[in-house]
Amino acid sequence: MPTMTLLQAISDALRYEMRRDERVFLLGEDIAEFGGAFKVTKGFVEEFGKQRVINTPISEAAIIGGAIGAALNGLIPVAEMQFMDFITNGFNQLVNVAATTAYRWGLPVPIVVRGPVGGGMSAGPFHSRSAEAWFAHTPGLKVVFPAFPADAKGLLIAAIRDPNPVLFFEHKGLYRKIREDVPEGEHVVPLGTARIVRPGADLSIIAYGRMVHTALEVAARLESEGASVEVVDIRTLVPLDEATVIDSVKRTNRVVITHEATLTAGFGAEIAARIADKAFEYLDAPIRRVAAFDAPVPMAPPLEQAMLPSAEKLLDTCRQVLEY
Amino acid sequence: MADVVATAEIPEIVPTRLLNDQQRVALLRWMLHARIFDEVTIRLYRQGKMFGSVFAQIGHEAISVGSAAVLQPEDAIFPMHRDLGAHFVRGVPLRTIALNHLARQGSMMRGTDGTGHYADPQRKLYGNISHLGAMIPVAVGYALAAQLKGEPIVVLNYIGEGGAQTGEFHEGLNFAAVRKAPFVLIIENNQYAYSTPTTEEYACKKLSDRAIGYGIPGETIDGTDVERVYEATFYAVERARNGEGPSLIEAICMRMRGHAEHDNASYVPRELLEYWKKRDPLLRYQRFLIDNGILSEAEIQQMRREIEAETVRVLDEVLQLPFPPAEEAFKNVFL
Ligand SMILES: Cc1ncc(C[n+]2csc(CCOP(=O)(O)OP(=O)(O)O)c2C)c(N)n1
Ligand SMILES: [Mg+2]
Repeated sequence: MPTMTLLQAISDALRYEMRRDERVFLLGEDIAEFGGAFKVTKGFVEEFGKQRVINTPISEAAIIGGAIGAALNGLIPVAEMQFMDFITNGFNQLVNVAATTAYRWGLPVPIVVRGPVGGGMSAGPFHSRSAEAWFAHTPGLKVVFPAFPADAKGLLIAAIRDPNPVLFFEHKGLYRKIREDVPEGEHVVPLGTARIVRPGADLSIIAYGRMVHTALEVAARLESEGASVEVVDIRTLVPLDEATVIDSVKRTNRVVITHEATLTAGFGAEIAARIADKAFEYLDAPIRRVAAFDAPVPMAPPLEQAMLPSAEKLLDTCRQVLEY
Repeated sequence: MADVVATAEIPEIVPTRLLNDQQRVALLRWMLHARIFDEVTIRLYRQGKMFGSVFAQIGHEAISVGSAAVLQPEDAIFPMHRDLGAHFVRGVPLRTIALNHLARQGSMMRGTDGTGHYADPQRKLYGNISHLGAMIPVAVGYALAAQLKGEPIVVLNYIGEGGAQTGEFHEGLNFAAVRKAPFVLIIENNQYAYSTPTTEEYACKKLSDRAIGYGIPGETIDGTDVERVYEATFYAVERARNGEGPSLIEAICMRMRGHAEHDNASYVPRELLEYWKKRDPLLRYQRFLIDNGILSEAEIQQMRREIEAETVRVLDEVLQLPFPPAEEAFKNVFL
């Protein structure tokens, strides 16, 4: 199996699906000759041509709306947002057109909107946002957020084949940071399946995206303190693999939920509510969340570090929950 | 595109009757400030000493300077990301610009944001956000309020030709036209939006042709001739101030660097850059001032040295300053 970064695995999934299915095409800003701002589609225009790798004007509503229209007419578009922050400019198309089409018309909208998210790079409030909760709150949209290269490939392939609109979030801090073996060719990870990335008995950390790696770091540190910590990567927010989460909590009886997005009305609140609902009598401690402080993502490093959730904050909260 | 341009003539600077020689010297000084700030920050970036991105505005000097210079202090300005020159024209001190760019302690944005995104309400300057086009309706709203309050001010706003493809461009400009808002929008057409050439951005000949569709005047001008920019802006501003509504100006120039300094812009044909180098807005104006006996070569070199020394000193000082403290992250989410 080849070793790939998260970024390479995403490219691999796109290339695999484009070779396999003529209907799949890409659209986005600077994605053709330039290969995209992060180079996810480098070399694609040479292989697939300008008809299937479309450079667009800076018009996110046209990119997303255009993708929806092409999907209605039988194609399978994968739209890139140069930064997911700019998805706001196509918000109407997603939450009103894409999200309601199945419900109203009974027609599939097999689009994927993908792109980089997340902070930690001093990129300021407009290039650092974690925007997944907006979309998880919109029935009719699926929301995927991988943490590992192999999962990214398998989930992206599943997303492309899904008949529904799927938002695919890629943490840019992970793009080139982690490498692992990624299956060659066909590799599908069904949407709505969580993965226990580290088994444990005393505490469950429920996470997704970059925070899965922070959780693993914290779990390793807690092990040296004698605590056995389980880390669950939910991988997709919508649909949520509730069974795996609830089962984990029933076994460990303690839970901390973490995400990089801001706390209030974040997806952690949804997970916490489900646990409270379905596993209340199994809990030995309050459900705790570790998320970003409710503010825009600031630019200067001391501010950004203070605002974002860190390993220290997660460690601290886990210790409190373990000692409760 | 490249071969058409390579054989094109380099137009003469067309002096405007609206400017006197003292004003011309001021224009040059502001253009030098913008150019040198870029040169110094590019150097710092290469040395790994910069913080954040460097979106050089080299090639745009005549647009932001020539247009901002038309405004009165009460008028408001909403620059885009290559309008450093306008910040200098508005009188923002070099140190303030540097503090904001580098998100250092003392920055008006308290470290929450950087580059030219700050607002300086006293100088009626309101920075852009990254989302292109977002500030167009906002600038129009500012103009509308002035109209409602009976204040005779004008709002000058800028957008790249790439940003002109956003929905907010259309909504903002149409709204301004319908309300006859005292608003002037300048499109800085620098041939590229990141790696994307204009041929993949829009299909009309001139972006100023869009003005017809909004029922407002529009013209396309040489954005490398500061006198021409001044004149075009002057008449658009006068019109707006007289209650005759908004205007659209497309100013043609060339982005002489990468999108930002991380980008070597290898996708830009060399001949294109060679051609536009000859149209360098700063060098052309210097030549014009010398040829017309307004400044001597020696005087310009002296100005350059002074500004460069000041810029290097201020940036070095600001880079030594700490970032604002972490607590700032928790303040001002609400007032
Ligand atoms: C809505 C939106 N989409 C995408 C981007 C990413 N982006 C930043 S600058 C840029 C190109 C801008 O081109 P233009 O408006 O022509 O200005 P220039 O940089 O050429 O001066 C792009 C695509 C953005 N900032 N905002
Ligand atoms: Mg441009």
